[in-house]
Amino acid sequence: MPQLAGPTDPAADARWPDVKPRKGFFTDTSICIGCKACEVACKEWNHNPRDGDLKLLGSSYDNTGALGASTWRHVAFVEQKSDRIEEARATGRALIDLGMPGMGPPTLADRAPAEAMLPDTPEFRWLISSDVCKHCTHAGCLDVCPTGALFRTEFGTVVVQADVCNGCGTCVAGCPFGVVERRTDGTAAPKTKRGERKGEQPEVPNLGVAQKCTLCYDRLIDDQTPACAKTCPTTSIKFGDRAEMVALAQERVAALHAQGRTEARLYGANEQDGVGGTGSVFLLLDEPEVYGLPPDPRVPTADLPRMYRRAGLAVAGMAAAALFSFIGGRS
Amino acid sequence: MTTSEYDSVRPPEPPDLSRWGRRRRRRARSGGGDGAREMPLVPEADFTSYYDRPVVKPAPWGWDVAAYLFLGGVAGGSAVLGAGGQLTGRATLRRNCRLAALASVSLGAIALVRDLGRPERFVNMLRVIKLTSPMSLGSWILSAFSAGAAVAAAAEVDRITGERLPLGPLRPVLRIAEGPAGLEAAALGPELAVYTAVLLADTSTPTWNHAHDELPFVFVSSASLAAAGLAMITTPVAEAAPARKLAVLGVIGDLVATGVMHRRMDPVAAEPLHQGRPGTLLRLSQGLAVAGGIGTVLGGRRRPVAAAAGLALMAASALTRFGIYEAGIRSAKDPRYTIEPQKRRLAARRAAGITDDSITTAG
Repeated sequence: MPQLAGPTDPAADARWPDVKPRKGFFTDTSICIGCKACEVACKEWNHNPRDGDLKLLGSSYDNTGALGASTWRHVAFVEQKSDRIEEARATGRALIDLGMPGMGPPTLADRAPAEAMLPDTPEFRWLISSDVCKHCTHAGCLDVCPTGALFRTEFGTVVVQADVCNGCGTCVAGCPFGVVERRTDGTAAPKTKRGERKGEQPEVPNLGVAQKCTLCYDRLIDDQTPACAKTCPTTSIKFGDRAEMVALAQERVAALHAQGRTEARLYGANEQDGVGGTGSVFLLLDEPEVYGLPPDPRVPTADLPRMYRRAGLAVAGMAAAALFSFIGGRS
Repeated sequence: MTTSEYDSVRPPEPPDLSRWGRRRRRRARSGGGDGAREMPLVPEADFTSYYDRPVVKPAPWGWDVAAYLFLGGVAGGSAVLGAGGQLTGRATLRRNCRLAALASVSLGAIALVRDLGRPERFVNMLRVIKLTSPMSLGSWILSAFSAGAAVAAAAEVDRITGERLPLGPLRPVLRIAEGPAGLEAAALGPELAVYTAVLLADTSTPTWNHAHDELPFVFVSSASLAAAGLAMITTPVAEAAPARKLAVLGVIGDLVATGVMHRRMDPVAAEPLHQGRPGTLLRLSQGLAVAGGIGTVLGGRRRPVAAAAGLALMAASALTRFGIYEAGIRSAKDPRYTIEPQKRRLAARRAAGITDDSITTAG
């Protein structure tokens, strides 16, 4: 059985004979401009169909909604007023005060920042973040997949083999981040209202099977950058060796702290966390749940040995009850 | 809250149609903005989420998976009772339980295949043996159980029909194999009943995951009382004494395990088990289990009472499974059940001085 929790090199743990350096993203949300070029590039490269009907969701500029079977990059938009900015700054400062041990160079934020120097507009801000599959060190989706359709690549990423998956849907419930989804063509009900499905749509590939970001496995094999990172005009999405990405992220968060922007924090860079660190590391400017990310995800399989022990006890209990029913006293 | 002097002449607000018992979160930015009703000027203080959208995704399963949870339990329990009948010379109990095991496991398997996104690829379930995947282990348990249950039931069908199955020279083989096959199915019966509990618990669906310590006990108890209930319906009281005892033990186990589960779970993650439709189903299930148990103890030796009690027990088990299934799906659809327990456990770890295992770090 592979390692279920804690720090590890996932590709080596999956017993790849020729382990490549682990690849990952560093998504720096502080320089994202919300152009959604990543969403478009991803859809084009991966031939992902349209996700449902075109709708305005009433959530700032986000009309994509969430990651899903046909949406592997999702740009989140959050509008905040000064009280929320203050709160974010305070939670970030509390995080720094915890004194995370051994996580990169000491930050400069200990120096009391001059509030007047803060570069942000004080009364309003936009949080914009391009979300993607986390390619966890311990991936909940991969662990629970019964067919072996989900597998760990030599780059340490997690990919679905669409021709093997039988659409059981266990991975959907297994993912702590709500990333992977079973693809439907969105035509379960006939569209009668005019304009609901605009224009002729091409046939939907890989119907009924789980689909998610592959970190452009096909491009990685050819030493290419994934489509989203390649197209990002502000380098908000960076791609490279995961170790390099984490170092870059730590440098960047230290720089922001030095500017007094204590709201900056990293998400997924800690390999001691509940999923053993993520392949996709993020720099966030508020608590993770503000962006729709779980605040303390834990891969469910980490507790599987305990669950099996409890199940074993329950089996023994049922057998004992049956035994007692047949050989116990008269009834 | 009065916002205008004309509010007094408005017709009364329609009652809250949502079947959730808890207060609805109201967001200034979502809903009610058409001016049709009075809106609070200040949104209720609450946890933060991204536009109230779920963090995790619910399993894309339909009611057939909930039905399988029930049918798998009935099958597993029936095989155990059938083997008991086989070993203690209760021929009718053995026959009825073997037939019940095959019928319920077949229906259950059909429900499972129906629920797949690509049903034609169901055989891929047996492509690998994967210890980290309860569904993989469960598929193997289900297959091995079905093989044993089928052989044992085939022997019974052959006997009932006066050896009319077209078996030819295989009939003596079936006669030899039926005993071991019945025992093999019985050996896997409890595993068949319990693996679904691990399967649900080993997900990021908050209510299922937080119940991981007690769910196996709830499921085996529910399976025992359902299978015993079915045997009490099908089998004359003279041979059904073990079923009656198993039914009572199952009810006791069900009540205790469910009680412990509710008490030990994170209160927020346990909420869907108490509220709305799943809450109603689970309360009804408890009532029926108690009624069935009492009926078994007091009138189990009279056939009509035994049958009625058996029916109540089966209904109780089905309601338990549908209730727990639906509670989990609801918990995944509401970000509150993901975010609040996670924030609380993170804060608890930090308060205990563990500060190195957060996914959010300052550097």
